[in-house]
Amino acid sequence: MNFIVQVSYLLAAVLFILGLKAMSSPKTARKGIIWAGVGMVLATLVTFLHPAVHGVTNYVLIVIGIVVAGGLAWWSGRRVAMTEMPQMVALYNGMGGGAAAAIAGVEMLRALRTLPGDLQNQAQALATDAGISVNAATAALRADGAGSAGVAGALGSDVAILAILGAFIGTVAFSGSLIAWAKLDGRMKRNRLVPAQQLVNLVVFALAVIFGIMTFFTDSLAVVAIFFALGLLFGVFVAVPIGGADMPVIISLFNALTGLAVAFEGYAIGNPAMIIAGTVVGAAGTLLTQLMAKAMNRPITNVMFAGWGTDEGTTSEGPEGEMKDVSAEDAGIMMAYAERVIIVPGYGMAVAQAQHKIWELVELLQDRGVEVKFAIHPVAGRMPGHMNVLLAEAGVPYDMIFDMEDINEEFATTDVAVVIGANDVVNPAARDDPSSPIYGMPILNVDEAENVLVIKRGRGTGFSGVENALFFGENTRMVFGDGQKVAGGMVQAVKGL
Amino acid sequence: MAIEGFVAIYIFMLAGFAGFEVISRVPVILHTPLMSGSNFVHGIVVVGAMVVLGHAETVAEQVVGFIAVVLAAGNAVGGYVVTERMLEMFKSKDEQKKGAKE
Repeated sequence: MNFIVQVSYLLAAVLFILGLKAMSSPKTARKGIIWAGVGMVLATLVTFLHPAVHGVTNYVLIVIGIVVAGGLAWWSGRRVAMTEMPQMVALYNGMGGGAAAAIAGVEMLRALRTLPGDLQNQAQALATDAGISVNAATAALRADGAGSAGVAGALGSDVAILAILGAFIGTVAFSGSLIAWAKLDGRMKRNRLVPAQQLVNLVVFALAVIFGIMTFFTDSLAVVAIFFALGLLFGVFVAVPIGGADMPVIISLFNALTGLAVAFEGYAIGNPAMIIAGTVVGAAGTLLTQLMAKAMNRPITNVMFAGWGTDEGTTSEGPEGEMKDVSAEDAGIMMAYAERVIIVPGYGMAVAQAQHKIWELVELLQDRGVEVKFAIHPVAGRMPGHMNVLLAEAGVPYDMIFDMEDINEEFATTDVAVVIGANDVVNPAARDDPSSPIYGMPILNVDEAENVLVIKRGRGTGFSGVENALFFGENTRMVFGDGQKVAGGMVQAVKGL
Repeated sequence: MAIEGFVAIYIFMLAGFAGFEVISRVPVILHTPLMSGSNFVHGIVVVGAMVVLGHAETVAEQVVGFIAVVLAAGNAVGGYVVTERMLEMFKSKDEQKKGAKE
């Protein structure tokens, strides 16, 4: 590899790490992504000078691939609504995993083509002498223990092992992320594909391990193909049972896995930039996944293997009591005369595009001297931090937005807590009812506020399908209707005072 | 270029520490942008995809290599655009007022 390429890769790796570091503070975050972007452009451009790259057709294909796919990704990334960001992250992440697996695929194709030289010559000679095909001669020589075996023989054992591991992780991340994307995008609702999913997953995983080991020794393309197919299947099977609030954790996990796959394939093709960037993402992503799982109080193994709300027979009794509803106007007036108001937004607010109206309402309330804060549950929205992004889009400054740990004690001294489009994250069952599927997840203690207003589209259960006792509480009033219209009604009521 | 086994293990280890360190004190508010940002960073796979397509010698290798380049370019470009759009919004009250005046 020539000097310019080496230096540029080094520079890119430094820019990635500095960029990620800058991205972990709100003040410098915007600089961070630009640094990382510069690193990426530099690394990509300089790769055209990479000594291994040759052939006019190959150059043309590279340019076409980058321009077409890059253009489409740019276009889709620009036009997607902020509410749909999580599934886009899942989609782009899956593509990265698929790319890592495809790199392994090319390397294995090359390995199968370039058998060790001496073995090839012997096989050629035997084939001519015995009048059989070269493949049959190779197989016969192999049976006699000649030459080192297939993929590993051609690539070297260390490279083969990491290429195979990377291929498996990459295929799993690819198909799993695509399922996550389809589920978040509402294109897929099923939580189970086959009966006894856990057992089937185990069998598929065991088969994948067996074929992975066979790939190490094989020189049969079929074995390699089956290995890749098993990886794809396993990714699908892992992602399908996952739903509800577990989704962000699994996307983060797939993100970390893709990083790891990239690092392994980087070793396989001797590319230090890929090793460093991939490992950094693998480590950072693993930590991020743990932070998210911890925020939900669900061990990562539960997330992966327990499924969500699929346990049969434990349909606990619904909460007792009646929902009491109130009009948007009355609710608005109630807030206008309060001293302290905390707003708890959820994904439903974003779907109804109500955040702009809510911010308008908050500004009116602030003019009247009401102290307003936003409380964000770690998994509000479809990913940790997603709700902050959505509120920021509406113009809410980040210094008005508080994390769960920072604000949870304040509910007890709050006059009105307004829940808009959130459900599970304020469900007291997570605190009190051990039979609930969400038991143990930390929640916002909204029910401790003097009054609770819940803005909700209808009476049904939410995203996760779990009943919410909060809605039946003594101090709770329900405001039924579309979030944006309700917020509009509240604005009118406050303006009219 | 071959990277000797042990040197590679050192690289893995040090890069792993860097990854942990970089993210260890991140506020919840930045979790999603950061996940998106790290999603962009592993878009570096585009470099590897270019190399394997670049040294492809059979049609099969070109096809798989091309798939690699397409997927990787989607990862890198899409990851950048989405992250940049999210971070665009992280402005404090003062910055917003400044923006409004301009």
